[in-house]
Amino acid sequence: MSIDMFTDLLNQYDWADVSRLIDTATATDVERALTRPTRTLTDFAALISPAARPYLEAMARQSQQLTQQRFGKTMQLYAPLYLSNECQNICTYCAFSLDNKIRRRTLTDAEILREADALKAMGYDHVLLVTGEANQTVGVPYIKNAIRLLRDRFAHISMEVQPLDQPAYAELIAEGLHTVLVYQETYNRDSYQLHHPKGKKASYRYRIETPDRLGQAGIYKIGLGALLGLSDWRTDSFFTALHLDYLERTYWKTRYSLSFPRLRPIDVLGASGVQSRDFGACMTDRDLVQLICAYRLFKPDVELSLSTRESPRFRDHVIQLGITSLSAGSKTNPGGYVVEPQSLEQFEISDERSPAEVADMIRRAGYEPVWKDWDPTLMTVCH
Amino acid sequence: MTTEPLRIADRTFSSRLFTGTGKFSSTGQMEAALLASGSELVTVALKRINANDTADDTLRHLTAPHIHLLPNTSGVRTAREAVFAAQLAREALKTNWLKLEIHPDPRYLLPDPIETLKAADELVRLGFVVLPYIHADPVLCKRLEEVGVAAVMPLGSPIGSNKGLRTIDFLEIIIGQSKVPVVVDAGIGAPSHAAAALELGADAVLVNTAIAVADNPVQMATAFKLAVEAGRLAYEAKLGVTASTAVASSPLTAFLDD
Repeated sequence: MSIDMFTDLLNQYDWADVSRLIDTATATDVERALTRPTRTLTDFAALISPAARPYLEAMARQSQQLTQQRFGKTMQLYAPLYLSNECQNICTYCAFSLDNKIRRRTLTDAEILREADALKAMGYDHVLLVTGEANQTVGVPYIKNAIRLLRDRFAHISMEVQPLDQPAYAELIAEGLHTVLVYQETYNRDSYQLHHPKGKKASYRYRIETPDRLGQAGIYKIGLGALLGLSDWRTDSFFTALHLDYLERTYWKTRYSLSFPRLRPIDVLGASGVQSRDFGACMTDRDLVQLICAYRLFKPDVELSLSTRESPRFRDHVIQLGITSLSAGSKTNPGGYVVEPQSLEQFEISDERSPAEVADMIRRAGYEPVWKDWDPTLMTVCH
Repeated sequence: MTTEPLRIADRTFSSRLFTGTGKFSSTGQMEAALLASGSELVTVALKRINANDTADDTLRHLTAPHIHLLPNTSGVRTAREAVFAAQLAREALKTNWLKLEIHPDPRYLLPDPIETLKAADELVRLGFVVLPYIHADPVLCKRLEEVGVAAVMPLGSPIGSNKGLRTIDFLEIIIGQSKVPVVVDAGIGAPSHAAAALELGADAVLVNTAIAVADNPVQMATAFKLAVEAGRLAYEAKLGVTASTAVASSPLTAFLDD
């Protein structure tokens, strides 16, 4: 059978079989995976398995060495710029969810520029534009306008918005968009439907085919990930690795990054006022370190990104174990930097340190904070 | 004892060690290592610098008078992008020297031979001193030479891999037939690899990762400096010929001399 889209490949896998493959991996499987010069998906399954727990230190050492070899002693820095919290979807874990009765806000041109100025003053040259999914207010024209406003101010523009059609991506790339992050949230179809009961996002298929549309549009970089906490993290991570492997083979000119968003508490506004919704511990810090190292051993060149969802102590340590890019000083509400700092956030952040403080920490760890690693002039020629 | 200087286009270099500026833990450490290396030609990625900002942190640490900047086009995927980036680099850094690298593959950064040849042809006509990063492909080297590049930069092994001279059979052919200097770029992971390249007859080597990622980059830069000097000295002294057959102490044909 020919594989034209990732879904063709995905259909050859069964969630329960993959879970079993991971759970039944043995110490021998892990040792074999650790000694290979390059690793297969089966090796990756062994490295994220419970059987690999006793080998965490060996994995961390190899991961550190590989990361330094491929990326040097550097750490990229970026910041999210939330443009809007309007959203037509219900996602059970997100504060922007349609059923959360918070005040909705979409930044005007002047407000976008004020937020941009604040980020530039912090030293940022890489900005990640974020919106909810509300096609009437923050559709392609709005995003295109935002990119036009910002493309001369930032060296690198990424975006994390609703999935779009291929022509829309091509249009935005031509405007100066470099990277698109699109997390599948979970690869488990049942769990996906459970957590996305309403809105365009309820279509599992449209979302999972988004990276294919991006690759076909010729995007420079795609960010992938599963939201850790919606389904079993090990099985979801296997499918993320499968997806990454497929994309690398298919859209070989595109670069890829992975993120590890663990679910964080959100504030929900209901009839009785604001309540915090906590999702508990879906995976331990030890599990997350195992996952980061496993990805690095599987794909030595993939960019691994860590957000301010994680605690300062955790971030301080894992930057040496495989992570290559960090956000810092993030605000997850529209206007959060200067325009309207007090509004409700998409999720609570855990590392509240300023970018300067995080950069100092990176330097103390023996790494160079890198604010710029792209130049828009490199993509000004149309393909 | 000094070795013969290296001439590329209109410039003469006493050091045959070229270096890169990426992957260091700080720009201060980068500067210290580059100074220790004695390198006179240092590549700078256009994407990492604010070329129009005189206070750019990387550029501020590259002001030693003996250091010439070699902007590179890392990040471009096509000949058209490379030509555009080259023109911007020339304007911003006031140099017509260019390390041409076109790698559509972002993982192994393997150079695209077709786009590289196209871009080199145009850039030479636009007045650039072009040093293309390429596979160790002898035919491509001759084709590049024909369009007028100033040197060729074949890879020793995949960039950043530290695996050394895995392409040695092809490097020997390239060195043997090249009319322009041959700079072995990418994959050199140890001073012994650099010495081997110079012993082989390469005109220079370009090293980045092996220095930048060492526990002590300054010390490693010094080691590379010495290795390159040793390799070139050995080359100029002419290495003994290696023999694959034994030279018998009682030759079978000795009777002919009787």
